[in-house]
Parts: sequence; structure tokens; C-alpha cells
Amino acid sequence: MGIRKRKAEETFFKILMVLACIIVGSSLFLIVGTIVVKGVPYLTWDMVSKAPEGGFYIGKEGGVLNAIIGSLYVAGGATLLGLIISIPISVYLNIYLKSGSLLSKSAKLAYDVLFGIPSIVYGAFAFSIMIWLGVRASLLGGVIAVTLLIIPILVRTLDEVIATVPRELKHAALSLGATRWETARVILRQIKPGIYTAVLLSFGRGIGDVAAVLFTAGFSDNIPIYIDEPAATLPLAIFFQLSSPIPEVQGRAYASALILTLIILVIVILSHFLATKHKHKI
Amino acid sequence: MLILSISSVSFVFLIGIGLYIRAAPLFEEHSLFSLFRGSDWAPSKNQFGFYPFIMGTLWVTVIAIVVALPLCLLTAIYLTEYAKSGIRKVMLPLMNILAGIPPVIYGVWGIFFVVPIVREYVAPRFMEYSSGYTVLTGGAVLAVMIFPILVSIVSEVLRTIPKELKDASLSLGATKWETIRKVVVKRALPGIVAATVLAVSRAFGETIAVLMVCGNVPIAPASVFDGGYPLPALIANNFGEMMSIPLYDSALMFAALLLFVIIFLFNLISRIILNRIEHKYSS
Amino acid sequence: MTQHPLIRVRDLNVHIDGHHILKNINISIPDKSVTSIIGPSGCGKTTLLKTFNRLLDDTANVTVSGSVLVDDEDLYAPQAEVTHIRKKMGLLSQRPYPLPMSIYDNVAYGPRIHGIRDKTTLDSIVEKQLKDTGLWDEVKDRLHGPANKLSIGQQQRLCLARGLAVEPEIILGDESTSALDPVSTHTIEDLFVRLKEQYTIVLVTHILRQARRISDYIIFVYMGEIVEFGPTDEVLLHPKEELTRQYVKGFIS
Repeated sequence: MGIRKRKAEETFFKILMVLACIIVGSSLFLIVGTIVVKGVPYLTWDMVSKAPEGGFYIGKEGGVLNAIIGSLYVAGGATLLGLIISIPISVYLNIYLKSGSLLSKSAKLAYDVLFGIPSIVYGAFAFSIMIWLGVRASLLGGVIAVTLLIIPILVRTLDEVIATVPRELKHAALSLGATRWETARVILRQIKPGIYTAVLLSFGRGIGDVAAVLFTAGFSDNIPIYIDEPAATLPLAIFFQLSSPIPEVQGRAYASALILTLIILVIVILSHFLATKHKHKI
Repeated sequence: MLILSISSVSFVFLIGIGLYIRAAPLFEEHSLFSLFRGSDWAPSKNQFGFYPFIMGTLWVTVIAIVVALPLCLLTAIYLTEYAKSGIRKVMLPLMNILAGIPPVIYGVWGIFFVVPIVREYVAPRFMEYSSGYTVLTGGAVLAVMIFPILVSIVSEVLRTIPKELKDASLSLGATKWETIRKVVVKRALPGIVAATVLAVSRAFGETIAVLMVCGNVPIAPASVFDGGYPLPALIANNFGEMMSIPLYDSALMFAALLLFVIIFLFNLISRIILNRIEHKYSS
Repeated sequence: MTQHPLIRVRDLNVHIDGHHILKNINISIPDKSVTSIIGPSGCGKTTLLKTFNRLLDDTANVTVSGSVLVDDEDLYAPQAEVTHIRKKMGLLSQRPYPLPMSIYDNVAYGPRIHGIRDKTTLDSIVEKQLKDTGLWDEVKDRLHGPANKLSIGQQQRLCLARGLAVEPEIILGDESTSALDPVSTHTIEDLFVRLKEQYTIVLVTHILRQARRISDYIIFVYMGEIVEFGPTDEVLLHPKEELTRQYVKGFIS
């Protein structure tokens, strides 16, 4: 094969590669663009400040405040609960256990697997628990389901962040006579930005998920006040109202989609910002 | 804390066991074979053939991989071997954002962007009428959803290839592309496989986005322009009614169990491969 | 191809990341002999070697000015074809890097790239190179087994055989025995001595004894500049420059 042919082959694939890169990269803009185009016309002040009036399936007035608040409650509650459960687990796995022990390795593998399980399985499982506990579709149900969903995410992210702490720090603290708990506190303080990132990531995952809340959170027109009443969430607001024949109801779906997307964008930008700030600190 | 950690490992098995228990009544009346191969889905008539849904899942997943893998391989190679660092700095956050976008948003995009394209431009090319709600659409949307996983993991793997290995090939007079094709990709193959397995397992379990664009027709697809009804969509769509028909809930739990087992295995395999690579080349 | 390939470097300056790594290099490397480049670590020895086969091209922020002439062809001329140049130079790195394929395919890799497809030709090339590097008897029964199962010494010889298979004129070695045990080192050194009848060999080494053992000429590089160049015994035993004298006595580095 002459050199010219070989170079031509390389140029050909280089072009292909650039094309591929462009396709992959621009897909984000296509998605966000579509959402913006559909949603902006419906993004009024009323939309974000009122709950739907006249029934969420047919009422033409009002907005999606019920879903916004509901989502914030569910995702916020789940993240808080998840954090309370995950930090001890992560601390235990990484600091208390000897690194490389069988329990820590199998636990980490278990969490990797749990991480990959689709949210619908978590929704189904949470639903079973709810039936067993006698909880009906409500804010509480949604929180349970989303908490289950995000615990593996939190644990895994915390694992990765703790792994960036040099082992010498842990050994230094221990050799100075610190108890394992005190060492844990030192390390946790060290990785605070990492914890924030993990929280943001999980919150983002929790707020956008449909399958987990589909049978567990219910849906309602009202802004939730009690933990045992059904709560609307943004993803379900989109899901249920998207195919409505009434344009105003559809419009609520589009607006919800836009709001949800904006929330996610803010979260990702924030966590990116935190990550770079953290890097500079070190 | 010990209790929490141990419970988490057992949690995995708990889910599996729980699902199995709920699905068990189904096995008393139907053989596994009939469940897998049966094509009739009529719960009220006690007919539970899962074949259409298994096929639906497979079709959508395969389309997604066929679309995404070449694109992402080329992109990852470009980013690690050819692109200037400026491009890399832009692509990284793009991939992160893409990964964070909720599936329901992908679904909305699918409905308003991909469906019309399939309906107006793609199907007519092939002399087919299509509503646009097809497995092709589902596969395309899924493909975009797995872009971030594929690109980031493959990039990671490519980055672990030592420069000296590439230098060795270059010193023999190979072009950069030949080096990539014959040496780099070969060495990165286990990692690429692991990334693909991970992406497949993600695609398998994706419920909402696919549900919104696939047509939900309980018949096994015969062409890319047919509607499909993947397993997760089956569960999501019918959860409300399942308590009213006998064995319906067991059937749906069985679907969930199927998903769980497959995804569990795929994740396990891929993690083991990735761990082994990391281990082999980092110390 | 002329009868006497030699490397002539004229006014070579190399900047990496803003640092002036190689300064005004002017040297002619004799053909059919072994020339060793010695000097303290980080002084540009390896960079100099890499300018010979343009492996620096891949590093970012590199500026090269001046010319490197091989067979009176300037490697850095705008129309120069990189893969053609690299084919003329075989490179042996510090650690062996067998390609992820069988022993046979490793040696056949170069010839295949350059268009040789015929199986019989490839077979004979592989056999010849493996015999020349003393590997044939050790591997002839597992030619199609993976190359990374060989011992390090065998791998390095394989890399040499691989490099020779493309029929270079020049062999470049970058501290190519530093990762090997004494026996393998000895084998590779013997190979170099034997190969110099056909090839021009340029080696970077920090082991003065090795330089003494096998080289005909020595180049002493310090802080990116050529301090002294001449026949081995002259430079090592009767150095002209003060810096050289100090280095070979072990004072610097």
C-alpha cells in the first residue's frame, strides 16, 4: 500500500471522527433547544407561582407550582435521608475497614451493581415496601423510593471522592493516636467539596426521575403540606400532561420540562464550578 | 455502621429475592418456556407471553448500540489522540450535562424532534408509512442517552495506553491512524467491551424515554419501523391495573425480575473486566 | 541510497514548553559504527535522539529549527515524509514494548505496514530477524503465542528484531539495556557490536562502562550543548574539555 493511500485513509477517518464528535456534541444542543422552543412560550410568572386550577388534567388555569414544590420536597428529602445513610456507610467502607478487605471489596461491587439498576426496579420495590408498611401513594412514598434510588449513587460518588484523599493522610492521623472516628471527621472535612458534588448529583438524579415516583408519590393539584398526601412532581407533570388534547394542559407539561431542564443545568454548572474550585485549593 | 454496610450487600439479593417471591405464583401455572416464547399477551385471559416484550427490548437496545458505538468510538479516539485540549475541555462538560438530563426530558425531545424526523424523512425513504413511534426512534433516543457512558469510559481506557507503545509503532513507520487501528484499539479492546456491556445494561433498563416514543404495541417488531414494547415500559404502563387481574402482578414482577437479573449480570461482568484492567496497568 | 549513510546535524535548536532544550547542535555521526551519547540526566540526550526519527512531532509545544540530514535528505524539510524517515530508523526504548500481538506478528508488523503481504516473504523475514537477534531457537515453537509472555530480555530482543525487519539504516537505542539483567544486557550489547557492520548505531546511555565496551565514538552532551565528540578512548581517557574530564571522573551528576 503506497504511502499516499495510507495517508488518504488517515484523512478519511479523521473527517469521520470530527463528524462523529460534532454529532455527539451537538446532541445536547438539539435536546435543550427543543425543550426551550416548546417551553418558553408557556413560561409565565403565573406558571411558576400557581398550582393548576380546575383539575390538572383538564383545568386551563394556573401553573405548575404544585409540581415544583413537590419535586423539591421529594428530591430534597431523599437527598437528606440518603446522605444520612450513605456517609456512615462510605466512612465505614473506606476508613474503618482495612483497604482491600473482602467485605469492602464485595460491598463496593454490590454498590456498583446497585448503581446500574434501573429506577423502575427501585420504584417497584419501594411500592412493595409501601404496601407492606401500609403507606399509600404520597410524598413519603416518593421519598422512600428516591432515597433507595440515590443511596448507591451517593455511596459510589463518596467512595471516589474519599479515594482521592492520599492514604498517607489517613495513616498520619491514625498514627498520631486519633481514633477512627476522629480520622473520619478529618477526612470528611477534607472532601467537603466532593460531598457537595455528590449531593448535587444525587439531587439532580432524584428530581428528574419518573419511574421511581410513578407509583409511589401519586399526583395531585395541590401543593403538598403533609407527608402522607399525594404529591405532584415535575417529571410526572410532564409525563401525565404531555399527551393532553387541551393545549393549556400540554403547555404546563412543556413548561415543566423547561423548568426541570433549567434546574438540572444549574446543578451541573454548580457541581462543575465546585469541582474546579476544589482542584485549585489543592 | 457495620450493619448498614452488610445490609447493603444483602440488599442486592433482597431485591432479587423479593421480586422472585412476588413473581412465583406465575410459575405455578406457566412454564418458563411458555413465558419466554409465548407471543400472546392477554392478562385477563391468563395469557402471559413475554416474547414480544423481550424482542422489543432487544430491538431497541441493539439499534441504540449500533448507532452509538461507532459514533462514540470515533469520538473517543478523536478526543484522546487528535483533538486539541480546547476541544476536550468543551466536550467534557457537554458529556456531563448530557448524562445529567433526566430521561423524561429525552422523551420529550424524542417526541418533538425524532418522531417527526422518522415519520417525515426516514420512513418515506424506505417506502414505509410510519407514525414515527417506532423502535428506530426509541433506539435513536437511547443511543443519545448512552453517549456519555461510552465516550467517557472508552476515553479513560484509551488514556491508559502508554505513549511508548504508540511510539514503538510510529518508529516502525506506521501512520498515527494505523497505530490506533492496529495497536491502540487492540490493547483497549477489553475496556471497550466493558464499556459497551455497561452501556447495554443502561439501555436495557431505560424506561421512560423509550416508553414515550416506542408506540407500545405488544407485538414483536419485524422491522425498525414497527412499534415496540420493551420490558420496562410494560411494567411502567400497567402497574396501575395489575392488582385487578389475577397473576398480573406476578407477571409484572417477573418482568422486573428478568430485568434485574440481566442487568445485574451485565454490570457484574463489566465491572470485573474494568477492575482487572485498572489493576493490571496501574501498579 | 548512497553507500555511506551518515547523520549530519546543522544548527539544531529545540524548544519544548518554552525551554531551550537543545542549543546549536552541530555534529556528524559516522556510519557503520556505534556512537554513544553520554551526559548527566535531563541534559537533552534523549531529546537529541528523538529528533533523529522525529518522534518529537507528537509532543505538544515543540519547536525545532535547523536541519538533520540523513543521506543528504533533510528530515525537517517541509516536504519530508515522516513515515518514510522513521522507517530508516529503528528505535529501541528503555523498556521493551511488545505490540499486543503474537511474536510473529510483532516482527511482521513493520513489513506488513509497508506493503509486504506474501506469506513466504514474511515468514523468511521473521525467521531471519529472529535468528539475527538470537531469539529463533527460543521461540520458534511458539511464534504465534503472545509476545508479552516472553521474559524482559527476550522482549527487548524481539523489539530489536521488530525494528530490524523494516530494514532501517540506523538503529537508535534509548538506554535500551537499563531495564535488563546482566545476561540480557550482555546479549544486546553483543548484538550491537555485530550489527554495526551493517547499520549505524546511536545509543544514549548513562553507563560509562557500557559506552566504553561497545562504542566507537562518544558524544558528550551537557545542558543541551555538545561539549565534546571523538573516538571513545580519546573522550573517555584523554578528554579535551574540562567539563568532560569532570563528568568521566564522576564529579558531575
